[in-house]
Amino acid sequence: MVLLLLLLLPLAGGTAMLFASSFTLRALLLMAVALGHNICSLLTTRQTLLAAGDPAHAAPVALGGVLCPDVLGLVFLCLASALFTAASCYAIGYLRDEDAKAPVRRHFQDGSSFTNAPQQRFLACLCFFLAAMSLVTTTQHLGALWVGIEVTTLTSAPLIYFHRHKEALEATWKYLMICSVGIALALLGNVLFSIAFYPEAPQDHNQMLYYISHATKAQPAWLKAAFIFLLVGFGTKMGLAPLHNWLPDAHSQAPSLVSALLSGALLNCAFLGILRGHQVLNAAGLGEFSSGLLVFFGLLSMLTAALFIVGQGHYKRLLAYSSVEHMGILALGVGLGGAAVYGAMLHAVCHSLTKCMLFLLAGNVLTHYHTLSSYDVRGMRWTMPITACLWAGGFLAITGSPPFGLFVSEFSILQHIFTTERYFVGAAYLVLLAVIFVGMSIPFLRMVQGVTPPATPPAFKETVFNVGPCAVLGLLIVTLGLYMPPWLDSFLRQAAHLAGE
Amino acid sequence: MATVLQIAIILLLLGNFAMLTANRLEPRIRLVSFQGALLAALLLLVPQQGANLMHNLLLAGAIVLIKVIGFPLLLHRTLHKVGLASHSAVRGSGHKYAVISGMCCLIFALWLETRLPFAQEIYPPLFFPAALATLFSGLIMVVGRMRALGQVLGYLVAENGIFLLSMPLMMESSTWFELSLLLDVFVAVFVMGIAINYISETFESIDVGRFCSLRD
Amino acid sequence: MMPTALPFWCSFALALCAAPLLPGIINRVKAKFAGRQGKPVLQLYYDLAKLLRKGAVISTSTTWVFAAGPVLSLATVFVALPLLPLGGFASPFAFQGDFLLAAYVLGLGRFFLILAALDTGSAFEGMGASREAAYAALAEPALFLCFLTLAGLGADEHIALHLSLSTMFTGTPSLAWLEARPEVLLLPLVLFLLLLVENCRIPIDDPNTHLELTMIHEVMVLDHSGPDLAFIHYAAALKLWFFSALLAGIVVPAIFSNPWVQLAVNSAAIAAVAVLVGVTESIMARVRLPRIAQLLGGAGALAALALMLTLIR
Repeated sequence: MVLLLLLLLPLAGGTAMLFASSFTLRALLLMAVALGHNICSLLTTRQTLLAAGDPAHAAPVALGGVLCPDVLGLVFLCLASALFTAASCYAIGYLRDEDAKAPVRRHFQDGSSFTNAPQQRFLACLCFFLAAMSLVTTTQHLGALWVGIEVTTLTSAPLIYFHRHKEALEATWKYLMICSVGIALALLGNVLFSIAFYPEAPQDHNQMLYYISHATKAQPAWLKAAFIFLLVGFGTKMGLAPLHNWLPDAHSQAPSLVSALLSGALLNCAFLGILRGHQVLNAAGLGEFSSGLLVFFGLLSMLTAALFIVGQGHYKRLLAYSSVEHMGILALGVGLGGAAVYGAMLHAVCHSLTKCMLFLLAGNVLTHYHTLSSYDVRGMRWTMPITACLWAGGFLAITGSPPFGLFVSEFSILQHIFTTERYFVGAAYLVLLAVIFVGMSIPFLRMVQGVTPPATPPAFKETVFNVGPCAVLGLLIVTLGLYMPPWLDSFLRQAAHLAGE
Repeated sequence: MATVLQIAIILLLLGNFAMLTANRLEPRIRLVSFQGALLAALLLLVPQQGANLMHNLLLAGAIVLIKVIGFPLLLHRTLHKVGLASHSAVRGSGHKYAVISGMCCLIFALWLETRLPFAQEIYPPLFFPAALATLFSGLIMVVGRMRALGQVLGYLVAENGIFLLSMPLMMESSTWFELSLLLDVFVAVFVMGIAINYISETFESIDVGRFCSLRD
Repeated sequence: MMPTALPFWCSFALALCAAPLLPGIINRVKAKFAGRQGKPVLQLYYDLAKLLRKGAVISTSTTWVFAAGPVLSLATVFVALPLLPLGGFASPFAFQGDFLLAAYVLGLGRFFLILAALDTGSAFEGMGASREAAYAALAEPALFLCFLTLAGLGADEHIALHLSLSTMFTGTPSLAWLEARPEVLLLPLVLFLLLLVENCRIPIDDPNTHLELTMIHEVMVLDHSGPDLAFIHYAAALKLWFFSALLAGIVVPAIFSNPWVQLAVNSAAIAAVAVLVGVTESIMARVRLPRIAQLLGGAGALAALALMLTLIR
């Protein structure tokens, strides 16, 4: 029941949102959906963990077995839920300010006029987006997973086109087209999986269980082909190079809270699709094939990100490329196997929290300075001290410096690289991380320091809504760097075990 | 039965090439709807392992409803709103290359069928290459077409190709999935149609070549 | 030998006699479509008789090539025609690879006609000759792809002489499509288009136009007169018969036990092709010259598709 609520609550909330005429009502509804979803996802996690440890407890199942969460999916479900809460807190403040502005506004780059999409529709899509992500993370049926990911594309496209101007439209179209076609290829991967197991086929909806238990009887050639298509398809959505082209555009043009959700939650969901394929190949004894591909595309993504981060003057694009980098690290970690998978799981958690915080902060910067160029943003420490402080901390966290969580995860991946004596991979990994650190430090620190440009609008009011969620996220990533709660550790270890540790 | 199936497959291939050569949007929309009808026919003709006639009829009905009637209506409405029905000059001469690459893809697909283990067991003769060629022509249309609506058509064709590939593998239990997939694609086209409306309003054209403001 | 070949020779005689009927039929159909009475069906016979009675005017600037063109063009059709299984009966001259001979003998005739046109030194005729050569070159691959597809069908069934026109066009393809080979259905389409190209019919070329600039074939023969022109008209009619017989050979199945019924059905099919040409000419406009190349390319692509599908089985 709780499991079904994960889907129904955002769906109902989103539908109600379409009819909620007053702002207060919408805000309350949004918070209710966020909190309700949080509670449901935690309850589901508890039930699943209890069932995993003790056969007396029944594992949660809903919709005739279509929804049947496992620990791996739950990691991403909880992340999505947490980030949605942070983003919706931020959204309340953000949308209130947007409401206060004139309905027809000037675009700060080319001066053309634009309007906002209706808030009801925006918030409804936000809720539907959450529902789609819940489906992706709780199902074991590859078809349902595919449908969920396609629905995330369709529901998040209107979110990107909130500010109705040319650039946002261009980004939306690219996102819609590239991701739809990419995901279509992932569907082909699903079909190829069915061919690989032909003439046998799973009789119930727990496809993953069937595929993993029967993997050795499948045709290896078809399994490999299926994984390649899954990797290409979901890799497009996840932003793995060289299929990442939509990502910087969409992330830079979407409202910051949407960028935060796209980067922190959606990319993980797409990664889950690839992990499902990896699980099956591992079970079939073809783990080396899929691992090799993951390592290659992981390093390629890191390289691409490093090339574009250096000299990047657009701070939201900078963050977007950093997401490409971190997706590369995730793929690399899972591809390396062993202890690195645990590192990758931890990395997914820490990256989501950090990137969500940074995007929300970037929203504050954009609101205050009216520019996306990091050259024109100066002296944040004087005009918006809390934001500046978190921004600098976020920079250290995202580049993997101690004492933040990403340091621990990146270091555990590195440790595994060297214990398995893959020195070339290790060298490339270190060099790329170093380049990215330098490339990111320059714009970030320049934005914080310096003298505020004279044309900057008057002081920015930092409220509970626009810095509160960021501060909480910041606190979480410091905590994860310093102290790892044992329950979280075992949770992630179970997930890593499923993902092929 | 086998002859009818083969004729339908040949028609599918010819439809693909016609789509690659057609340079106006209206005939292409008609061809996509024709392809939808072929899909429904093939679904009933292709021998399936776990076949259930009722489910297949239901699915075929849904295909006819969405692909044969729904999409053309939706796309024609978009086309008329955008106002491109009358003048549809196409710049460039990409069609030659489209047809040639479509040909190459078909040859590749035919070759692939001979290389892949037990594709022949699952698919009737010529079915696998035809489906794969459909997928490829869709991708060629997405990549090669400069207009937003053309890209949507390409996406639909690619989707049809994948649907064809999954056809002989369909089980009784997968009908709900195929239905939700159809619905999903329908919503996708709906959302894309809305986006195209905005594009034509904002850019005064649905030429995707004008998308050049976002780059590094 | 002789008794079995008798139906073939009868069909050959029929082709020689009845070929000028085909343009008559086409014109009749066009006239009916346009709501006119139209010329008599036998008009070409009257024309030929009239032209043969007249003397020829030959320009002083021409050489013997000019006079040789019409004769050779007629002679080459005479050679090519008996290689076909006329009336659905295998030709007594059939051998492996005779389709090459037939196609290139026809090409030779065209070559001499082009030379004759160039020999006049007229700008218009040169233009027509260049167009004729260009489109013939484009039509050739499509024709050969058709031949190869049919040869492939024969090779699959291990028929002797599968590389001969007599095997390709005696009704096997008309049944093959029923045996899960629907790609064969593409061939009549391609061959019909080739017929239109080779015989200069609308939508490729308009044989009745009055503007030399838009002509292809007719402009080439402007300077011929008297018996020379009669030869050219007769050769053109025979060539039309040749291509119609190709189509009839694909469409009409060889299932009749009585040879005379077979002959009648085949001849009826040829007349039907002529009617079809008339209908096509009535309902279509001439396409622009650059589009002809595209049409031929499309025909070639279809034929290539058919060949590929045949080979892959």
